[in-house]
Amino acid sequence: MANVLVKGAGVAGLTVAYELRMRGAEVTIVDPCENGNSTASWYAGGMLAPWCERESAEQAIVDLGLSAADWWEEVLPGLVTRKGTLVIAPARDVKELDRFAARTSGFVRIGEEAISLLEPDLNGLFRKGLFFEREAHLTPRRVLTELKAVLAALGVQFETEISATKTSDFEWIINCTGMAAADPALRGVRGEMLLLRSKDIALSRPLRLIHPRFPLYVVPRSDHIFMVGATMIESDASGPVTARSVMELLNAAYSVHPAFGEAEVIETGVGVRPAYPDNLPRVVKTENHISINGLYRHGFLLAPAMAKQAADIVRKERRVSRETDCERAGL
Amino acid sequence: MLKLYDVDISSRLLLGTAQYPSPATLMDAIKASQTEIITVSLRREMSGSKSGDGFWGLLRSLELRVLPNTAGCHTVKEAVLTAQMARDVFSTDWIKLEVIGNHDTLQPDVFALVEAARILAKDGFKVFPYTTDDLVVAERLLEAGCDVLMPWCAPIGSAMGPLNVHALRSIRGHFPGVPIIVDAGIGRPSHAAAVMELGFDAVLLNTAVAKAGNPVSMASAFAKAVGAGYQAHHAVMLEPRDLAVPSTPVIGKAVFT
Repeated sequence: MANVLVKGAGVAGLTVAYELRMRGAEVTIVDPCENGNSTASWYAGGMLAPWCERESAEQAIVDLGLSAADWWEEVLPGLVTRKGTLVIAPARDVKELDRFAARTSGFVRIGEEAISLLEPDLNGLFRKGLFFEREAHLTPRRVLTELKAVLAALGVQFETEISATKTSDFEWIINCTGMAAADPALRGVRGEMLLLRSKDIALSRPLRLIHPRFPLYVVPRSDHIFMVGATMIESDASGPVTARSVMELLNAAYSVHPAFGEAEVIETGVGVRPAYPDNLPRVVKTENHISINGLYRHGFLLAPAMAKQAADIVRKERRVSRETDCERAGL
Repeated sequence: MLKLYDVDISSRLLLGTAQYPSPATLMDAIKASQTEIITVSLRREMSGSKSGDGFWGLLRSLELRVLPNTAGCHTVKEAVLTAQMARDVFSTDWIKLEVIGNHDTLQPDVFALVEAARILAKDGFKVFPYTTDDLVVAERLLEAGCDVLMPWCAPIGSAMGPLNVHALRSIRGHFPGVPIIVDAGIGRPSHAAAVMELGFDAVLLNTAVAKAGNPVSMASAFAKAVGAGYQAHHAVMLEPRDLAVPSTPVIGKAVFT
């Protein structure tokens, strides 16, 4: 039975720990930050939206992300909301919906009536939309916390630091530390987000607002909280949110629904997404080290597939295991 | 050969670097376009960056000439400050000067543009002003110290192509010796070919390539269109005629019976 050290307790680290444990490994996770709020995952939108992501991402992202919602549902029953994604555009930018539609699949075009059936609070605000029925979403912070609890119950050890001598005792080391991995091929893409609270509006599913200069999403959380994100800035600076970004995010939220103008801003946050030049994730094995990195803006969508790949390398039964996975998923 | 501020350039296509699906696609598109000049916008966040490399490091590895821009600036002060920061970050005195006057159309504020151009030219910058197709503004920009003009042919990112051909002809005709680059509004290769046929010196693009279904293939298509338009202009094109003119003689045909 392999004895494995997982570095990093973001979404990549926790998912690979789970997959390894399921394959019988002894797993220790080390992360200097106990509450998880230093990871990019903490600031994620949590959309499991492979079809929408195809608008700007390669087909590989769709293929790797297709089974993500099933994975999360199986590991954390009840924490995945399968209500689809609604893509809308203000009247002025309605032409952009066609561009979005031309680049994606897995949606139906809907009109004013269907929009207000899905989201009654948007009644009369938008005349055209795209509905991606098969997509899902989750609440990253809740999911990360619950997944840690599941792992602890399965006997996974959590540490805040591990000495070098102790590190060398492990048979395998899985590096899931994102930007901290200091991989020269990685770059940081800064993302800024806001949490708003409003009792004046209720949404059931993530909304994506098409805007020619600024793609934006509003994801409903519990307790009347909405996550609004996220900027995409080519920089690994993790300093506070800029006034311009707040203004742009708020402006877009306001154009989704004027009620957001009265919302309380309860948090602003910044995460730096690790990305490779092709914006695709990589699982790389070097001797007894495996790196999982470059999940970019698709952490919760891609982590399960990456975790399986890495765990399969450790078990050296990649092919056999993939077949069983396919059977389990009914493919 | 195109001469921009005493630098000889053989490609007549300038390419912007924003909005591509990934840096890898951007790099491939740049190569396919055969451009020698890329525009880069300076984000303030870059200065807070730990490594500062990342995206910019990749662009630098291409060893092309960089034309930093002042995208997103709305005032003379902002634009001048951004230009000065860009000079330090990118080690070049070239600057694409953009001062936006209207948030929806991203139309340049031509008054602020002329003022900023004057300040920057005096400070030693080689200014590439993003302007409208207004003739008088063009004249003021030249007086302010610009040696190059960059009129739009339609609003930024609109993909509408040349909207006012009369104004474009007029600006071309009035400043025969000045390098004029059509910047903004080009949506498809035929638009690029059309403005090159009017006799412009080069074309600057971004969205039309970045947001294409296949940016790399589109970059190559634009390179051909720009080349074709340029070649056609110098080969002297036929003017349209009202009547059909047969390309083979209709009288004196041989008769076979």
